[in-house]
Amino acid sequence: MIDKTVPSLSAAVADVHDGATVMIGGFGTAGMPSELIDALIAQGARDLTIVNNNAGNGEVGLAALLKARRVRKIICSFPRQTDSYVFDALFHAGEIELELVPQGNLAERIRAAGAGIGAFFTPTAYGTPLAEGKETRLIDGRGYVLEYPIAADFALIKADKGDRWGNLVYRKTARNFGPIMASAAKCAIAQVREIVALGALDPEVIVTPGIFVQRVVAVDVATQRAQPQAAA
Amino acid sequence: MKRFSREQLAARVARDIPEGAYVNLGIGLPTTVANHLPHDREIFLHSENGLLGMGPAPASGFEDPDLINAGKQPVTLLTGGAYFHHADSFAMMRGGHLDICVLGAFQVSVDGDLANWHTGAKDAIPAVGGAMDLAIGAKRVFVMMDHQTKSGASKIVERCSYPLTGVRCVNRIYTDLAVIDVTPEGLRVVEIVDGLAFDELQRLTGVPLTLAGADSAAGAGRRTVTLSER
Repeated sequence: MIDKTVPSLSAAVADVHDGATVMIGGFGTAGMPSELIDALIAQGARDLTIVNNNAGNGEVGLAALLKARRVRKIICSFPRQTDSYVFDALFHAGEIELELVPQGNLAERIRAAGAGIGAFFTPTAYGTPLAEGKETRLIDGRGYVLEYPIAADFALIKADKGDRWGNLVYRKTARNFGPIMASAAKCAIAQVREIVALGALDPEVIVTPGIFVQRVVAVDVATQRAQPQAAA
Repeated sequence: MKRFSREQLAARVARDIPEGAYVNLGIGLPTTVANHLPHDREIFLHSENGLLGMGPAPASGFEDPDLINAGKQPVTLLTGGAYFHHADSFAMMRGGHLDICVLGAFQVSVDGDLANWHTGAKDAIPAVGGAMDLAIGAKRVFVMMDHQTKSGASKIVERCSYPLTGVRCVNRIYTDLAVIDVTPEGLRVVEIVDGLAFDELQRLTGVPLTLAGADSAAGAGRRTVTLSER
């Protein structure tokens, strides 16, 4: 019997190695798998490359991972926020490397990795500083920039419900990067609010089919509610 | 000379958004356009974090941390709205499916180049988000901004001195002084605030402008944009 559920958050992230590339879902705090990140902090892996849209809010979740000095490099589109002071300090001190990627390129590069696409041409950033040094091409008179996929060793994502085959559904805009990050990582780990019986998820509405997911771990709802909400 | 207030500017942009348009309103000033959209038009607001059919902010106490907009503020979903993941959301933007996006700007050039993501300051932490995707992806790109910087320099320039967001991407500029179209023949003024002469607008702008017809705020204000216009 196939059972991708794991008994604990710590078991879910036990084999994340030093130097790993780890995608972390979420847009701000919506969809951020804070409990998995806390487990990763406790686990101790360091020298990580993190892929996320932002660079942490306040001192919870991704910001806490940065504060614990576990991250060598972050690939993101929008690090600077009103409450990104942990990242800001590390950046100004030269203690973290930043690869800034336009948000659509970030999403498409992740999608490309999951879809087996070797590279793609996109008009985004053509003629701007973020395309400097990159291969460009005129296609039908329009300028395009060559972009390469972003793959990961692990993806930590947050979904609403999952089953033992790894099928997932999400909740509202917390979906954001979850489905594409699951497809782009060798090992996708989903924390869910609830693990449901196989067959309980309507096959017509499953968003991430289990083939993209390696581990599912339930998070106690009471724990989630206790998490402080960062300001917008 | 009276200038458009922020509210008037938002209302002026809203008037140019037609029934049935798929629209992305950028973070900051453009977000306020939503407050002025006419209730008798069905307009689809897109937010790049993954929703279409975005509604207004919820009543106090009804915020849902899983339902936010691109500015990470709590919002609602209209009946008929939908959620989707980031690659789908940016396919809508980059694939030319949005009719209009409204963006703020530091500078716009006479060719429609846009600079709105980075001042280029050495110690500034760069952040770009979806600005570059919107700039090149929407069918029409509207910019709303003050006409001049705080020190009085024109924000409409021959060449942008700030790092570019997109090349030749802006279609129309809404400022506190005028509404200006970016055309292959140059900048064409379609509307000026009451009490400001074209010559004075030209002097404050510093790059060549032409006047479309004999426009004033009162006359040209009734002009609306249709989706087929490019």
